Amino acid sequence: MTRAASPLEANAAAALADRRLQRALAEVPGGFAAARERAKAALPEFEALRRAARDIKDHTLANLDLYLEEFEDNATAARTKVHWAPTAAAASDIILAICRESAARLITKSKSMVSEEIGLGARLQAAALEVIETDLGDYLLQIRAEAPSHIIAPAIHLGAADIAADFRRHHRQLPPERDLASPEALVSEARGVLREKFLAADVGITGANFLVAATGSAIIVTNEGNADLTLSLPKVHIVLASIEKVVPTLEEAFVLLRLLARSATGQEITAYTTFVTGPRRPQDHDGPEACHVVLLDNGRSDLLGTNLREVLRCIRCGACMNVCPVYGAIGGHAYGSVYPGPIGAVLTPALPGTHDGGELAGASTFCGRCESVCPIEIPLVALMRRWRERAFASGSWRQRGMLRAWALLAAHPRAYHLMARLAVATLHLLARGRGAFSRLPFADRWTRTRDFPAPQGHTFQRLWARQQRKQPP
Amino acid sequence: MATGETKKPRVGLFVTCLVDLMRPSIGFAAVRLLEAAGCDVLVPAAQTCCGQPAYNGGDRASAKALALRTIAAFEGLDYVVAPSGSCAAMLKRHYPRLMAGDAAAEARARAFAERVHELTAFLVDVRGLNAVPGTFAGRVAYHDGCSGLRELAIARQPRALLGAVQGLELVELADREACCGFGGLFSIKYPGISDAIAERKTAAITAAEPALVLAGEIGCLLNIAGKLAREGSDIACRHVAEVLAGEMSAPPIARTQVRK
Amino acid sequence: MLAKIRAALRAGPTDESRRRALEARRAAPVRPPVPARARVPEPERLAQFKACLAAQGTDVLPVAQPSQIPGAVADYLRAHALPLRLRRGADPDLAALPWQDEPALVVTEGPARADESVGLSRAVAGVAETGTLVLASGPHNPVTLAFVPDTHIVVVRCEAIVGGYEEACERLAAELGSPALPRTLNLISGASRTGDIAGRIVKGAHGPRRLAVILVEECRDQRLVP
Repeated sequence: MTRAASPLEANAAAALADRRLQRALAEVPGGFAAARERAKAALPEFEALRRAARDIKDHTLANLDLYLEEFEDNATAARTKVHWAPTAAAASDIILAICRESAARLITKSKSMVSEEIGLGARLQAAALEVIETDLGDYLLQIRAEAPSHIIAPAIHLGAADIAADFRRHHRQLPPERDLASPEALVSEARGVLREKFLAADVGITGANFLVAATGSAIIVTNEGNADLTLSLPKVHIVLASIEKVVPTLEEAFVLLRLLARSATGQEITAYTTFVTGPRRPQDHDGPEACHVVLLDNGRSDLLGTNLREVLRCIRCGACMNVCPVYGAIGGHAYGSVYPGPIGAVLTPALPGTHDGGELAGASTFCGRCESVCPIEIPLVALMRRWRERAFASGSWRQRGMLRAWALLAAHPRAYHLMARLAVATLHLLARGRGAFSRLPFADRWTRTRDFPAPQGHTFQRLWARQQRKQPP
Repeated sequence: MATGETKKPRVGLFVTCLVDLMRPSIGFAAVRLLEAAGCDVLVPAAQTCCGQPAYNGGDRASAKALALRTIAAFEGLDYVVAPSGSCAAMLKRHYPRLMAGDAAAEARARAFAERVHELTAFLVDVRGLNAVPGTFAGRVAYHDGCSGLRELAIARQPRALLGAVQGLELVELADREACCGFGGLFSIKYPGISDAIAERKTAAITAAEPALVLAGEIGCLLNIAGKLAREGSDIACRHVAEVLAGEMSAPPIARTQVRK
Repeated sequence: MLAKIRAALRAGPTDESRRRALEARRAAPVRPPVPARARVPEPERLAQFKACLAAQGTDVLPVAQPSQIPGAVADYLRAHALPLRLRRGADPDLAALPWQDEPALVVTEGPARADESVGLSRAVAGVAETGTLVLASGPHNPVTLAFVPDTHIVVVRCEAIVGGYEEACERLAAELGSPALPRTLNLISGASRTGDIAGRIVKGAHGPRRLAVILVEECRDQRLVP
């Protein structure tokens, strides 16, 4: 999988120059955002649900240990095997062991951000297991060996022509004269190829949108139905989910489900919302014989009880990135993380093994649009600021120096005002009557793409003081 | 004082560092408007910067120190008014948060925050101003600065005041709640991304075909004006206070001459 | 892992007060808000259900009585030039239908096979809130019938149409005689679709291309009454 290792700015420059990506970015995120607005307008209780969802999540996180225990008890009672994975490596080990135990060779997989996070695909492939991504967008990326660029629409950066070319290259049974001109034809081709895999798979791995403690169930939502084929056809079903996915009851899950699709794509509900509880029952004629749930920590428990814990409320809807001006300019790959956009900026530095150190949190205008659309009211701007505080505390002398110098100066009004008068007078002189600079030695990063307006020449404080002196009290 | 005469409220103008340095005419426009709204305006000399750069840069300690100084500088005044949504939000919403853990300072900051208002919000919501000195014949677009919009719910007020300007035709921008890409230091830390975001904003502005684009935020205006100028656009940029107060003698931002 | 979580939350494993608080909450839950659209009373509820199905692009085939179901199915398959073959589960209600009335229709029983063209299921409930069908897996209702075939047809009785998801769960518990969930509970709100290729919505990405609902508007047969 290609994942950028270079700093954000270099990635961003490449993304800004990528015309195909820019075309996709001009349409897709905004389309989702507009659809969300329509869905919200059509549901009068939307804001009440947001508040309720936030409270449900906060309550659950404050009692996460107890709810995880309840989940394990009820899942086990339904004959699910529950596994605890403190780290990414542990989770992959557990899943590999399950696959080996069932002599698996072919594995189908539905969308799971967590599986990307832990690099599961690579581990399975290294063990000579064939893994097929079944979410169409993920499948398209898999055959290109690319990483997802959006958590809901991972392949938005690809055009139909790219996909047709990929299929011709990758699908060996595909006759050359077959028409692949339309999206319908491409979907049909993918359906045919993946259908064989679904039917032949030994193990099906899914993520989970939620885990319900009261029933020991996993909730998985899709529009394609690929998760359902993944979890019903093979002999073994593995659910991989991070611990913060737990919700106490079905009733509370419905609150979150009512917000999820609306926030993600503007749909009222996805075509398929599936609740799985344990393996097939003794009298069932289909369904897996074994069902496993792997609970992943990988840095989440380090956030509990800290001023970053609100990150764990996230239900992975993608609404934040759909309205983020930075994401809208550079797309998901530029973030160099499994999780892009605003949520990526606050979650990525918390994950073990990512060497972000808060850089993503630094690349924000703090416009706040993300938190205005977050269905569980995550205070994204405040969280980004907290990461910036951590970065500042451990930053270089030079980085801290500039900010400290300004603050120091601002703390001494007379010196500040003097320096200000000198600076603006100088700049005004340099401007030589022009309204702006098209080039300015110390401000090249600005003037590369914009003119820098010239100051009017005197400070307000100076002019005001003069004016006051002229007027009698 | 004669019986029955209401005392004029004493308003401290929080100039903001960028207005102070770059465009004092905004400050004078603000003063004129506040006086038109029946206020006595004072400008404490001890004010410098609200502390946003430090706060958003992660230097909480410096921001807190600046906040305490600002609060002290505006002691004893009835109101504190800033011609900037971001600075007003900093003083009103974030100063109390900066003092968390320090009960006495937090109380002071809360009391201070009660008196803080953004300029257009103050004029409309507190002073009930519905007539303004300025006139402008032409099409005008208004850009909502993100902090003012999302932290202080400022959108209706500037538009209400612009509605009172004789001859002015207000047009709304497509995706009007979109950021302009300034973001303070973001504009120079990530100039490529900032520029791309600014381009979307100027494209929306150009498409709306106004003669003038206004905002209540000098940071946004420097960014937008600079970008429009680089694009060779004819569209002028000013702070909304300038039009409302009829303070149009200075050239528009980034321009050399006064254009109609 | 649990120990680490408890440490982060500053809670001890034998912290009885927390457990008691959760017990209390379970016993007397604060009901979260349920939207008005999930509480539409009859008779508007049926109209809402149908309107949502239509908006999804799901075909609605109303029949007055269960005995008309085989005819409705055969007509539907003929109208769409589909093979007159269907697979159903061992559901006694579906088994008891007069399939002999449509001799051209080949009806088999069991889970879906690889090239299944039409699957027939019975829904435990229909949810008017979003036009959602509620299907519970079991010996009488193989889950694969809802996903493998090209076309999925679902029978729903009008009195099984509830307002919201919460009510649907209650109805399910009543039918199963227990609050415990089956292996799979499917909430289906339309045919399979994807927008992953060039942002265009295309039906039939993996799951059924076509979804049809047979709405039984009257019910005299004893077996279909709970």
